[in-house]
Amino acid sequence: MLDLPEQIAAWFSSRGWSIHAHQAAMVTHADDPAVLLIAPTGGGKTMAGFLPTLADLTNTPHDGMHTLYVSPLKALAADIKRNLRTPVDEIGLPIRIEDRTGDTSATQKKRQRADPPHILLTTPESLALLTSYEDAPRMFAGLKRIVVDEIHALAESKRGDQLMLALARLQTLCPDLRRVGLSATVEDPQAVARLLARHPDPCTILEADPGPVPDIAMLTTNAMPPWSGGGGAYAIPAVLEQVKQHKTTLIFHNTRAQAEIFFHNLWLANDDALPIGIHHGSLDRQQRERVEQAMVRGQLRAIVCTGSLDLGIDWGDVDLVIQIGAPKNVKRLVQRIGRANHRYNAPSKALLVPANRFEVVECVAALEAVRENALDGDPRGPGPLDVLCQHILIAACAGPFDANSLYTEMASAGPYRALTRAAFDDCLDFCATGGYALRAYDKWKRLMQRPDGLWQLRDPRNAQRIRMNIGTIQDADLLKVRMKRSRGGKPLGEVEEAFAASLTPGDTFLIGGKIVRYEGLREMTVEVSRDKGRKPKVAVFSGTKFATSTQLSARILDMFLQPDWPTLPQHTADWLRLQRHLSRLPAPGRLLIESFPHDGREHLCVYGFAGRNAQQTLGLLLTKRLEEIGLNPLGFVSTDYATLIWGLDAPDDIRPLFDIEALRNGLDTWLAGNAVMKRTFRASATIAGLIERNIPSSQKKSGRQAMFSSDILYDTLSKYDPDHLMLKITRQEALRGLVDFGRIEEMIARVGDRIDHVRLERISPLAAPLLLEVGKVPIKGSGEEQLLQEEADRLMQAAGLDH
Amino acid sequence: MNRHDFTLAGAPLVALGSGALWWPGQSLLCVSDLHLGKSERIARRSGTPLPPYDTRDTLTRLGGDLAQTNARVIVCLGDSFDDIAAADALPEEEKLWIARLQAGRRWVWIEGNHDPGPVEMGGTHLAELPVPPLTFRHIAKPGASGEISGHYHPKATIRARGRSITRSAFLADRDRVILPAYGTYTGGLRSHDQILSTLMRREAIAILTGHNMHAIPMPR
Repeated sequence: MLDLPEQIAAWFSSRGWSIHAHQAAMVTHADDPAVLLIAPTGGGKTMAGFLPTLADLTNTPHDGMHTLYVSPLKALAADIKRNLRTPVDEIGLPIRIEDRTGDTSATQKKRQRADPPHILLTTPESLALLTSYEDAPRMFAGLKRIVVDEIHALAESKRGDQLMLALARLQTLCPDLRRVGLSATVEDPQAVARLLARHPDPCTILEADPGPVPDIAMLTTNAMPPWSGGGGAYAIPAVLEQVKQHKTTLIFHNTRAQAEIFFHNLWLANDDALPIGIHHGSLDRQQRERVEQAMVRGQLRAIVCTGSLDLGIDWGDVDLVIQIGAPKNVKRLVQRIGRANHRYNAPSKALLVPANRFEVVECVAALEAVRENALDGDPRGPGPLDVLCQHILIAACAGPFDANSLYTEMASAGPYRALTRAAFDDCLDFCATGGYALRAYDKWKRLMQRPDGLWQLRDPRNAQRIRMNIGTIQDADLLKVRMKRSRGGKPLGEVEEAFAASLTPGDTFLIGGKIVRYEGLREMTVEVSRDKGRKPKVAVFSGTKFATSTQLSARILDMFLQPDWPTLPQHTADWLRLQRHLSRLPAPGRLLIESFPHDGREHLCVYGFAGRNAQQTLGLLLTKRLEEIGLNPLGFVSTDYATLIWGLDAPDDIRPLFDIEALRNGLDTWLAGNAVMKRTFRASATIAGLIERNIPSSQKKSGRQAMFSSDILYDTLSKYDPDHLMLKITRQEALRGLVDFGRIEEMIARVGDRIDHVRLERISPLAAPLLLEVGKVPIKGSGEEQLLQEEADRLMQAAGLDH
Repeated sequence: MNRHDFTLAGAPLVALGSGALWWPGQSLLCVSDLHLGKSERIARRSGTPLPPYDTRDTLTRLGGDLAQTNARVIVCLGDSFDDIAAADALPEEEKLWIARLQAGRRWVWIEGNHDPGPVEMGGTHLAELPVPPLTFRHIAKPGASGEISGHYHPKATIRARGRSITRSAFLADRDRVILPAYGTYTGGLRSHDQILSTLMRREAIAILTGHNMHAIPMPR
């Protein structure tokens, strides 16, 4: 037990502050091997994390690094450096505090390795890189504490798995290391605690007072929400009115594209010229920083943003959060709401804006969940093996290693506590020789075992390549966007490569709230020019699409059981009543399927409530099955709650379509060749070190012969080595993420044989909005060839080359 | 249709969906840029162990084209091996496989920039091969005519109804044909590239490979 030194207590009182109970508890538990603190935003969480460090450094001078702080954002590390400097100086502690991120200069980085500061602030990727150096033991010598900020965000991604493996390494170097995790409210603190602590160490969980219940409601608008779509454009006047009534409003969107379109429309309607900015992850860093600074100075009345503002930095006077589009996930909603009103003990104020009629239902369900504090989240399952492979290579960069010790170390990392020796050996084999059935690389092993049994890099020069490819964030598909004829000019931001490939010169699109015209592609940069038009021709890049959580979907199904819906707006309640009258409403534990003719075609609507990604996968699998039994499907469209398939013929019996074995079989065979599976493979193969994103510039050639697509590797492996580790990892990853097959399995298990097939004479009220959804998927197969032939004929004719 | 018929310097030729060029008049099959042994070379140079199945995949497809055409002459247009060391390092099994494909045929290895010297493999090694009215060489020479070459790994993109579809492609005009790369582990150079735009005549066409072949004006 550690008492708070007098200087620190005096500093608190000089500020007129009293120490929060959870801050004091952190000091009391300073010697616990691991502590997880759960506190709302504005609760002095970061200070709580550093108090034990400051107390220890006040009592005992320390040589070298004392505390390592890791946050998911570079900007957060820089921000904390500023915020920590003031109290440290005022208390009068001779402490060096420095940050180290991708933006730190090479000289500074070199100096930090030779002479580390007392407190180093960094990111998971920079830390992983640090552990790959031969001199890591010297740099981290004497390290006593590690603080992981925003651990709830890291716990949901591979960045967290990577961090925990790096922590395991640090713990080997410094056995007495104490771990602290700082988290926003989460549904399962135990799960986060298990990730944080060294297995099987216990983890103390401290929960701060969550503060007052948020003031949260649905925004009332004069205009009715549209039947489909996700823009929320109908609510612009009402949103502007709210912006006027508040000091600073954060307007959250679920995708970058929607943020861009909304910002554009908001700007067109902004007759009072209120200062409004936009902030999302695809914008250039300098642009983002400019918006962040303007916001800190209180110069902006509103910021249209995405998840890029979900985390940490203190934004000053935000007094309203508006969420456009259904929140999809109650936990994230609660965390976003926490962004409003950073003063502890003041209620946060938030408004939800459903983007369409169905989302009205989802928003009401989410509001209930927030009031009941029923947070959602899916358990993540064991740590992914692609990240483990990367860390085996990182360990090899740091020097020769013993396989037994490395296994013990990695299995002590929370996400890998169930790692078997066999799985570890598979990964080691993959790192060493590729792990192929054809033992081809005896001569050119990447790792080789020395006579003394230790493993090392065959060629030490490979360490540089491995270090250049550390990390789990997949941004390889992004291309920079730049104004033409402004060499070296500031980039505007980034777009997805697939989006860029779909552009023809002259097309206009939105980026950073500006309409630009596509000019061409030049050395992996998209060149654009200004465009004076008011309406962009093409919507922007697609960005991440979140799927509605399992728990929120279940809540919506429960709502459908109600005899009537007094909490819903009249128009939406009318719509549900009509559906109940003409067909029936989907129900918990059952699967509703409607079939009906419409517009000369047969339609099948499957209300799986499995979330957007799984419904999309279900659409792919079902249309394949329909094709096999000769029902000629033509296309489908998916939302978070249903998939609508259209085709030439109606099926008589639909039960066999939902046989889980047949669907699983489809995942293994047919879906295996699908583009989403290939994308999943590319991500994992890049993390595992099979594909390099970055190549040393000395070895860059014209690149022509060097570059071939990862799809070729995937096809080759599937054909010649279907049991290869990388394909196993890909199948594992397909259970979540873009393919999300796990949700399909969950749905089949939930409904069993309780399938209700309703045959209707015409389209049902609940199915009708699906026809208006964008993102319709035509069935491939013969379709693409037809498309190609048409276009080829047209081009040849136009060029006068057909004969 | 898995073939595209055209003529060069009066010689009737067939572009095959696999990326091979078939000259029925000479019973000659021409393939370019096999890059055999590429995975071995990458492992040797960078340590990255790519799936070592590229050579057998390339040879399997080549065997298929040979069986289909029953060609008496085969011309490999250069860069047949990813480098000379990769040729030497081919597993015995794959060397025998090549020998089996060679049996009963005239086999010509044209030198490429990746494999500039002779390799220890059966067949004739030549810098270029004239078979009037055509000439086979690795890299196209500006101003030449009746020329069959490879080297650039051309690919072409069609945009149709908002979708863009890219495939490796033959480029052809009245002077020359540039073959796509035949090897499994090969990428492509877009026909838009300055080099290809300069080399090919204005009225050049791109013939997209694949199960069905499509000829379009060469995108530039």
